[in-house]
Amino acid sequence: MKFARRSVLSAALAVPLAARAEQFGGTYAPRPRQIADGVWVVRGADEAIAPGNGGAIANSTIIATDAGTVLVDPGPSLDYAKTLAAAALSATGKPVTRVYVTHLHPDHALGLGAFDPAIAFALPGTIEGLKQDGDGYADAMYRILAGWMLGTQVVVPQGRVTPGPVEYGGRRLTAWAMAGHSRADLVLRDEPTGTLITGDLVFHDRAPATPDADLAQWRAALDALAVLPHRLLVPGHGPVEGSEAAIAQTRDWLEWLGSALRTSVGAGLDMAEAGEQAIPGRFAAVKLARYELQRSVSHFYPRLEAEMLPRIDAGSEAPRPKV
Amino acid sequence: MRALPALSFLTQLAAAAPAPAASALVQDPLGSPMWQFHRRRLFGEAPVVFDGGVKVRFPMIAEDQHVFPVEVDARALAGVTRMIVLADLDPIPYPLDYRPLHAEPFVATRIKLDQRTPVRGAALAADGTWHLSGGWVDAAGGGCSAPPASRVKGDWAQHLGEMRGIRRPAGAGATRLRIAIRHPMDTGLVDGIPAYNLETLTVTDTKGVSLADLGIAGSVSEDPAFTLIVGAPASEALTVTARDSNGLVFRGTLAADPGATGGGQGS
Repeated sequence: MKFARRSVLSAALAVPLAARAEQFGGTYAPRPRQIADGVWVVRGADEAIAPGNGGAIANSTIIATDAGTVLVDPGPSLDYAKTLAAAALSATGKPVTRVYVTHLHPDHALGLGAFDPAIAFALPGTIEGLKQDGDGYADAMYRILAGWMLGTQVVVPQGRVTPGPVEYGGRRLTAWAMAGHSRADLVLRDEPTGTLITGDLVFHDRAPATPDADLAQWRAALDALAVLPHRLLVPGHGPVEGSEAAIAQTRDWLEWLGSALRTSVGAGLDMAEAGEQAIPGRFAAVKLARYELQRSVSHFYPRLEAEMLPRIDAGSEAPRPKV
Repeated sequence: MRALPALSFLTQLAAAAPAPAASALVQDPLGSPMWQFHRRRLFGEAPVVFDGGVKVRFPMIAEDQHVFPVEVDARALAGVTRMIVLADLDPIPYPLDYRPLHAEPFVATRIKLDQRTPVRGAALAADGTWHLSGGWVDAAGGGCSAPPASRVKGDWAQHLGEMRGIRRPAGAGATRLRIAIRHPMDTGLVDGIPAYNLETLTVTDTKGVSLADLGIAGSVSEDPAFTLIVGAPASEALTVTARDSNGLVFRGTLAADPGATGGGQGS
């Protein structure tokens, strides 16, 4: 069996890249790994959303309680969330009875359709964001992931998270409302184990994504996270091992990114050049660094140019049209 | 294996009619379904080569199909008189047509993509040969057929023609310009919004000599931005003149670089 599979694999590798990329669906196999008493993490692939990974690139967290299992971030699609729920059940022995979504991005939120929206919770800003942008995200995910997304629909949580202590099934959690990676970023801490679940405010050895980012807010959120006592940290993307350095690493990347973009605009570089600039050696172990730099150039560059480049016109010769 | 019959066919052709139709036989390395159409329209019977003479740079992902950066660099070629940016499958397939009159053959801008398409740069060298390169770009739909942000916001007319720019020394007697102009760049492909776009942009020196002459189509992104490298020293003031499809003229001036005599200002 193994042998046969390998030969299939090498046959697939012989196919030209363009043809190989046409993978229209597949089977998810989320594997929970216990990181503390009653806490499991399912790691996403440290890759871009692509047909090869079915969009399963974000980390999810599973917490056992007496009332049932708490799932944080149900992932990118209906099918993924279903397999995740089954994996959570076999890990904890209890079905998922509460779901938290850390923020609105589709790799974290679109799996909500596998659950009753009455058991799903998010910050009010995330709920508004999903109502506003959810369909657009779903369109984009279907375009890239095709069959992986089958049956996936935008579902909006009915539960609004209020910051502060939460008690559920005899388990104590604390919730914080932060922002910066998106307009509303939920942070949870599992009190019995001191596990801090940061969502995408923290990336670890995987470059931060910035499509809805406010860099100043994000840096402030990281400063707040750095002083929250915790024993373990689950980043939104990247490994849990060694993640004590992840807050500083994320902050370091954002600082560098902000100043690199301003320097590029000031030097008159165009966007393609700015996306090709050297990335400091200290980020050598950070996956997807070039990819996320180029995405960030797209997110910030036109705005930065409008802000930084001086006006050189003295008005047009012809009268302005009236509208 | 198939090279032999093709070669002998070429030889026969060359014997019968030496010059014409040579480019018709050039295989498009990108396999674009529109290649022959664009080749005939743009290059006619001129020879076409796909080589490293022209370098096309764009990001690995079309993060925003309304704002896709493209840079075309033909500085490896001698005597380039014309450069074209080509997006084969776009409804407005030639966003830029650049004549670097007294400028380096280098241009960068942002374009709209309406679907997955080849994006290429073409440069006409002194010997009459067009050099091309590029690649496929996977883009979500609607870059050309969704309204621009300023139409949605409704403030486009308040900012129409606002021009921003900087100049930086780029070696002896050369100046890099980055110019951005507020314009909705309506493609005409959005219901109820007729085409309305910048059509030309020229850079002139104090003697009125045109250094760079850009032809611009509606598939250049809203609020267009351009990078050019013109043959003017830092001591030369430069004028940027743009004209749109309603005949409005927008003008900007980049004053001589005061710190330039000392070898250029840092950036």
